[in-house]
Amino acid sequence: MTDQEILGACTRILQDLLSDDSIALTMTTEREDVPNWDSLAYVSFIVAVEIEFGVKFPVADVESFSDVGAVVRRIKALMAGP
Amino acid sequence: MSANVSNPIQILRRVQNMMDWLPEPSDFRRDLRQSLEMASSADRLHALARLAQHRLGFLETILLDRALGRLCVERVPGFSNVRLAILGSATVDHLAAPIRVAGLRRNLLMEVHVGAYGQYRQELLDSASPLHTFCPQIVLLSLTARAAIDDVPVTATADEANATLGRAIDEMRVLWTKAQEAFNATVIQQTFLNVAEPLFGSHDRVVSGAPARLIARLNDQLVEAASAHAVSILDLARRSERDGLNAWFDATRWLQGKFEIAPQAAPMYGELVARVVGAERGLSKKCLVLDLDNTLWGGVVGDDGLDGIVLGDGSAVGEAHVALQRYAAQLRDRGVILAVCSKNDPAIAEAVFHHHPEMVLKRSDIAAFCANWDDKPENLEVIAHQLNIGLDSLVFVDDNPAERARVRESLPMVAVPEMPGDVAQYVGCLADAGYFEAVAFTPEDRQRGDQYVANASRTDAQKSAPSLDAFLAGLEMSVIFGPFQAVDLNRVTQLINKTNQFNPTTRRRTAQDVSRFLATGRDLTLQFRLVDRFGDNGLVSAMILRPDPNVPDLFEIDTWVMSCRVFGRQLEMEVMNIAVEAARLRGARAFRGVYIPTAKNGVVSGLYPRLGFSADPRPLATSGASGWLMCLADYVPLGTHINRKPEVSVG
Repeated sequence: MTDQEILGACTRILQDLLSDDSIALTMTTEREDVPNWDSLAYVSFIVAVEIEFGVKFPVADVESFSDVGAVVRRIKALMAGP
Repeated sequence: MSANVSNPIQILRRVQNMMDWLPEPSDFRRDLRQSLEMASSADRLHALARLAQHRLGFLETILLDRALGRLCVERVPGFSNVRLAILGSATVDHLAAPIRVAGLRRNLLMEVHVGAYGQYRQELLDSASPLHTFCPQIVLLSLTARAAIDDVPVTATADEANATLGRAIDEMRVLWTKAQEAFNATVIQQTFLNVAEPLFGSHDRVVSGAPARLIARLNDQLVEAASAHAVSILDLARRSERDGLNAWFDATRWLQGKFEIAPQAAPMYGELVARVVGAERGLSKKCLVLDLDNTLWGGVVGDDGLDGIVLGDGSAVGEAHVALQRYAAQLRDRGVILAVCSKNDPAIAEAVFHHHPEMVLKRSDIAAFCANWDDKPENLEVIAHQLNIGLDSLVFVDDNPAERARVRESLPMVAVPEMPGDVAQYVGCLADAGYFEAVAFTPEDRQRGDQYVANASRTDAQKSAPSLDAFLAGLEMSVIFGPFQAVDLNRVTQLINKTNQFNPTTRRRTAQDVSRFLATGRDLTLQFRLVDRFGDNGLVSAMILRPDPNVPDLFEIDTWVMSCRVFGRQLEMEVMNIAVEAARLRGARAFRGVYIPTAKNGVVSGLYPRLGFSADPRPLATSGASGWLMCLADYVPLGTHINRKPEVSVG
């Protein structure tokens, strides 16, 4: 999967979770940039992404993702295997 | 734990398949969109309720809940409203949406109040809290064991451990009583997830201060105390044993935001909650309808013959079918009615029950037996009619996907589990589906199987009797009656909450409500058992009469329920005779009855005029409802074939 494909899937998940089709994530989007992306919605986003891609983020990651790009890169790495 | 954690992906997959008795939606997003495009909000709600009957994952559950919230419906015919508060010592916010969706699966519109994080004591005890404004009908306590026993050192002596457990249980008792008294709420107490890591290994079971042992003992004591307080249990501890703790608890989520119940397991959590709420409200299923060929036994008896079917001895597949029969027999023993619905020659099908040595189920275990070549939905209607229960009380088990689809399509109210491809999984699938969830096990439940056999004998007697009158006279019926007693509490509550047909007002009562009627002595309560020459039908009718606060000699029939098993036996007439006499002793001079129509209580639409009441012209608040009055001075006792045996003096 390319970064853009993963980013697209993440965008759809967040649009669903926040009921907001206008959300357009980029690799540099941060949580504060998206209205209503509160801590519960963040956990839901992480869980939904894990289910979608069949990956499990280490706790260190979920605590410190700096932007959406970091999530995308981590998904890519986890999907590639150890 | 490390072996499991190393494969979290497999755990995720397992959790996603937790609710595998529900069919997959064909296209969730399309169905959701179409539901919301329907003309009226009631249609949209019905469409969403149908969608909720499907297997929904974590995200789908949130999306369905979001759509439900946008409907902004308050009251819709066919749906009941429930206010539930979930109070937790950890994060429980993520459980509200799954509870609402699982409620919708049962036509319950749940309004959920989520308690503030860790504030359950304050919210319950402070009468100015948002919880008190919300005034829940159900209080669900979802607590962590850490909160109760974290301060016990592993070196604790048995006495120290006992003291801590005792304190924890005492605190629960205070909270339960508060919820029961402040809101008159039904309390549901979740058992503690045993998240303790092994410390000694197997020896944990032996050490008083070992966390795993403490939590196990805490759960044992919790369940006992809850039962004494009429508190219902949500047994998450047992569920997590079945699914594996790691399906329910995810250390990452705990560390990240104090989620003790993993968000991906939340849809199943909602389902478990809605089952208990449904059971409290009489929504659990009552009858298991079984297909025969390749369900109760392997092979097709019409082709393979009595000797050719695969059942029991010498075959793993045969043993799997025996296991299903054993499970069905156990369900029968706990009060679930069994029926058969099969495309078969009736004589050949019955012969298996009579002559195959490996059959666990006997023909007499089956209360309704439909083996013919008719369409299955038609047969299911026959079965429901014959047993005098609603189609929505049936669970239909069939190995054939085409038959399942056919029944789902024509009778959407019948529960049809997706049976797994492997017959070894049949029992597990049926058990996990939780259709027969109960909150009590009453003497009537224990005898129900025999009562249906006795009913079959009564039907035979009716066929051979020259007239209905001769049949009723020949039954040698007696009614045993008296006021509600403490020992009847469970059965009376169950009868009030499960009776949909003979129930003019459909008022539901919690066990606390019923015990209050029993304690105050202000109201007149009556319970009735019917015995005849074929057996004891058990406690089959209950009545609550309340003096009007403004006109004390006018008694309002607040509640009157009668089991469908004794319809057509003149019992309602004898009950009225007895009620009139008992009320006269209390100074009553008139009765008032109200009929509030529902989809199911048409059988009592003409009850009060039939018993001699006349229409009360005053308008009623509920639309469609009618009021009926009777002056007791004019009452002429109704003639019946029922003798009387007062249990204790009434009045």
